[in-house]
Amino acid sequence: MPEYIPAKFCAGCGYPIILMTLGRILEQKQLSKKAVMGLDIGCSLLAINALPINIFHTHHGRVTPTMLGFKRARPDSLCFGLTGDGGAYAIGWQSLFHSALRDEPITVIVVNNTVYAMTGGQTAPTTLPGQKTDTNPNGYDGATFFGPESLRHITHKDAYLARTAANNPKDIATYIEKAIATQSAGHFSLVEILSFCPTNWKTVGKATMDYVENLKKVYKVGEI
Amino acid sequence: MYDVKKKFMTGAEIATQAAIDFGADTMYGYPITPVTEVFTNWIKQGQKYLQTEDEIAAGFAVCGAVMAGQKAFTATSGPGHILMQDALSMAEGMRLPFVAIVAQRGGPSSGTVIYSQQETTLACFGGNGEGLRLVYSPGTLAELYTLIRRAFNESWQYRFPAIILTDGYTVKTRGLVDLENLKVENVASAPLVKEGEIKHWPNIFTFEEELYTEVMKSKADFDKITAGVATAEEYQTEDAEILLIAHGIVGAATKVAVDQLREADKKVGLFRPITLRPLAVPQLNSIAKKVKKIVFIESSLGQLARIIKDELSPGVGASFEYLQCPGLGIEIEEIVNQVSKF
Ligand SMILES: Cc1ncc(C[n+]2csc(CCOP(=O)(O)OP(=O)(O)O)c2C)c(N)n1
Ligand code: SF4
Ligand SMILES: [Mg+2]
Repeated sequence: MPEYIPAKFCAGCGYPIILMTLGRILEQKQLSKKAVMGLDIGCSLLAINALPINIFHTHHGRVTPTMLGFKRARPDSLCFGLTGDGGAYAIGWQSLFHSALRDEPITVIVVNNTVYAMTGGQTAPTTLPGQKTDTNPNGYDGATFFGPESLRHITHKDAYLARTAANNPKDIATYIEKAIATQSAGHFSLVEILSFCPTNWKTVGKATMDYVENLKKVYKVGEI
Repeated sequence: MYDVKKKFMTGAEIATQAAIDFGADTMYGYPITPVTEVFTNWIKQGQKYLQTEDEIAAGFAVCGAVMAGQKAFTATSGPGHILMQDALSMAEGMRLPFVAIVAQRGGPSSGTVIYSQQETTLACFGGNGEGLRLVYSPGTLAELYTLIRRAFNESWQYRFPAIILTDGYTVKTRGLVDLENLKVENVASAPLVKEGEIKHWPNIFTFEEELYTEVMKSKADFDKITAGVATAEEYQTEDAEILLIAHGIVGAATKVAVDQLREADKKVGLFRPITLRPLAVPQLNSIAKKVKKIVFIESSLGQLARIIKDELSPGVGASFEYLQCPGLGIEIEEIVNQVSKF
């Protein structure tokens, strides 16, 4: 067993909630031994010691193809890819799209904090119109990207796509359980989680919650 | 007399056979000339495969597969070889037994589609690391087979990524080979991430010292295996005054040129690196020290010459000459003609 090192997420970050929920499900279902989690490079990389399961780093945008390689080699394993919205929908979109199209039986967890958090808050495909970022200091004026909705057009009917938020831990649990069941049935699954990034949003306490609630008005939560 | 054990095979068929004989389980690929036939032959043999959306995905799928303990591999060329460096860099950092067959085509850019030796630097030192990878350069069809077998074995045994650096002439050539005589024992694969093990395996570090320690450990391991892995052919070097240095099929052509030049009483010899990484440095220097002139012959503007010159010891007093034809095949006659003038 590796030494338990506290993860280095900022105070108030959404990632630990998602990871704790995932860890609890795996423990309850006694799936920790079978679980393998690849981390994209983004704040997800900070999860390297977060759970008592096999975890490794990959590269930014490359967690999906790495995990499908693992899964195809070990069909009895339970493969998760943890990635940010930038890793999933910008640099890694080509691979994510084609893995979904091929119905690869892996589970991708996309942590959508509407920015490139690890690199200091630049514009992501999920950045909202008017949102100020490092690379759009006067406010973003581009289009907004809807990952699960875009994938729904091309995925197998039994693939599982859903969106929830870090302040809905019950839904996170339900959706991840369904995603696991989908993977076990041999299909692709993706759960996007609207997640807090107080550091880059420059919010504290209630303002962070308000921010997420506001995000839900644009990014509809629920199964897709 | 006709030898019944010999078979008439293309380089691509030989490459496929070598992977099968190693017990390779899956190939991830994206079509690109001149290496597509390695992929399509593999598929025709009924082997497991996936055609990915690009070489980046093919490379990372190989990373994931080998972490799970599967003997997976890929094949690519030119622009695909560039994209493959992303995954190769991860394989170098995490010490993955990642095997890629690279058939060089002309560059830069999409260049030409069949032949060059312009991917030598990329194969040996591509990526943002230190070139801690195994690179093999076959001169003949038989050697293509033996070096692919070695690449798989040594990559799994020592856990460094391995590239078999060939070219389109070699993979498209058909020739008689006796593969039965070239068979070797296979190194077993083993999962690097095991069920229930709870391994936390980073490739990005917080402190400079952590990364430094990782790189220096890999360097020490690479140095430790160098004497056993580094291989080169030397030919007619005993009394040579001029040493010709070439690799791959240019090396094979140069060997024939050496015979012809010897017939004209020219005291020439050949040093042909069979592994470019690691290089057989002591062997190179013991020959280089004795000659007056070294001639570098390659289908690139000095990619091999730079690798060799970097390793020549201060005791080497030879002067240098070059026959460099970027992206162009080099024929025996041309080597004989040029070297006759030196
Ligand atoms: C190929 C490559 N390009 C750029 C980077 C730098 N980089 C690291 S993390 C990151 C963005 C991460 O954003 P996201 O995927 O949304 O994850 P978050 O940090 O927001 O959780 C970038 C651009 C990199 N590591 N690799
Ligand atoms: S920068 Fe944002 S996403 Fe990253 S650890 Fe801090 S709060 Fe979490
Ligand atoms: Mg993000």
